[in-house]
Amino acid sequence: MMDNLYMPYLMKIEKVTFEAPGVKTYMLKFINEEDQNRFTFKAGQFGEYSVYGVGESTFCIASSPTRKGYIECTFRQTGKVTNALSGCEEGSIIGFRGPYGNTFPIEEWKGKNLLFIAGGIALPPMRCVIWNALDLRENFKDVTIIYGARSVKDLVYKHELEDWKRRKDVKLITTVDPGGESPDWKGEIGFVPTIVEKIAPSSKDTIAIVCGPPVMIKYTFPVLDSLGFQDENIYTTLENRMKCGFGKCGRCNVGKVYVCKDGPVFTLAQLKELPDEY
Amino acid sequence: MNIDKRLVSKDSLEKLFDILKQNSKTIYAPATKNGKVSFSEADSFSGIATDYIQTTQSSKDVDFPRTEKILDYTRNENGMSVKGIDLNDIPEIVLWGVRPCDAMGIGELSAIFNWDYKDEIYNNRLSRVTVFGFSCSKSDEYCFCTSVGGNPGNTTGSDILFTQLGEDGDYLAEVLTDKGSAVVSLASGLFEAATDIEKGKYLADVPVRFNREEISKKLEKSFESGLWIDQSLRCLGCGACAYVCPTCACFDIQDEAHGKSGSRVRCWDSCGFSLFTLHTSGHNPREVQSQRWRQRIMHKFSYMPDRLSVYGCTGCGRCSRACPADMNILEHLISIQEAVV
Repeated sequence: MMDNLYMPYLMKIEKVTFEAPGVKTYMLKFINEEDQNRFTFKAGQFGEYSVYGVGESTFCIASSPTRKGYIECTFRQTGKVTNALSGCEEGSIIGFRGPYGNTFPIEEWKGKNLLFIAGGIALPPMRCVIWNALDLRENFKDVTIIYGARSVKDLVYKHELEDWKRRKDVKLITTVDPGGESPDWKGEIGFVPTIVEKIAPSSKDTIAIVCGPPVMIKYTFPVLDSLGFQDENIYTTLENRMKCGFGKCGRCNVGKVYVCKDGPVFTLAQLKELPDEY
Repeated sequence: MNIDKRLVSKDSLEKLFDILKQNSKTIYAPATKNGKVSFSEADSFSGIATDYIQTTQSSKDVDFPRTEKILDYTRNENGMSVKGIDLNDIPEIVLWGVRPCDAMGIGELSAIFNWDYKDEIYNNRLSRVTVFGFSCSKSDEYCFCTSVGGNPGNTTGSDILFTQLGEDGDYLAEVLTDKGSAVVSLASGLFEAATDIEKGKYLADVPVRFNREEISKKLEKSFESGLWIDQSLRCLGCGACAYVCPTCACFDIQDEAHGKSGSRVRCWDSCGFSLFTLHTSGHNPREVQSQRWRQRIMHKFSYMPDRLSVYGCTGCGRCSRACPADMNILEHLISIQEAVV
């Protein structure tokens, strides 16, 4: 394993969950028990998932490191590999290399409020941190999750949203874009930045974690700024096209920063130092 | 350290070739084919080209093959069997006739393949290669090794550096590494002691054209500069520059399926290609050619020195020779040095 960085672990798809149109979550278990025992990761890291004969695709690990014995990934059927991946079934064998990249510094957030802001298919990278924090709930003060999608059907992790809604120690606000609501929709209607502005979460002792499409991120940062959030306390995770995942293949860099090695987790303060190349 | 200097007579070179062959060494050497000089497996000494300034392709293919298998997989009743490349299968190679600029490029490739994660496939290949550098007695207008830390008789990266002492002359052999010494011990009779030979006067004269440290400093402030657009107007995005470069290491990973089995391969890629950074969503962080050209120069002259303490250019000039649009990297680097930023 160590000799060949490119050798994936063999993983069995244990469970398939349909999240939204074109979006699925796979629960993956290691075929080889030794691999399972040796494997560790932290919230924020990613991997290369492969369908043999088709290729590899990069996504974060969507499950929490506090949940042992498996990993989960959530992906949207979009390109060649995700289409092939989507065609896999429970019991199918796929490849996984990882974990790669840096992590959310959850240990440093002890005693703080956590504010999660996510849009669309960007909840999966955050779900890892959310469950990580909720499994260590006593370490944090208020936990607020603001999640939006284009329409009700596009919301992912619908069952978990229900769970979070019911929990007294989580404040969940869901929203859909105007026109994306269903007749029985009880959440907010509006774009994520607008809803953040409306909810106006306090920036006092609060870490904000923001993941979403570029346009959502672009308009959310100024709102957080106006709420008094320091750039050092706003985290996000970047995506760039990757092949290797470990700083060799040469395509994910933003200026001299490698998203696969120095990221994918960055603070807004770090992002502001980077050239516009992501 | 005193370099172990030896004299190898012109005739002994062929004997050395034969001895290496008798010792089951695979020899890669420049050969002329269709008017181009390229490295290929050499069966006979007479087939080795000597009259070339620079091979069309660099020698990097030997330690970083253009397309290289990473693993094989087979689907079977029990699921899937996957087997990685067997590193023991990698052959021992003598790379004969490498120009000092290509030899220097090995260190730069190694820096990329070994910062942080160590790429053992690359390292294993390299560990089995013995590099016979051959100094340059000739250069052309595309050469600029002396501007990027090299020179026509540079020893960096070679295990033995041969310098021909005048046209039709004998060879000075500088034995530089243990791998080089191992070759000498195979054919010690051919390597006479020769401590007092100076090679300087036999080397090509390559003038210094720019200062790379100064360029690196300029680039720190040039990300938004308009010069990237000016310089890349002609660029077709064909990637030829990357494919001939001794230090370009960017690669792609692709699967090749044949029914129930297949392989995964690592193959050369280029930051000049529009698809290189394209996201599945359609978003492309380097949307236009000027951004891709900027990446090429920045990576070699700013990011690599900063992150890896090496430059990604050895001054071989191949990218300029290969460019179908006649872009000349030397001209562009000089214009960066002269630019007001």
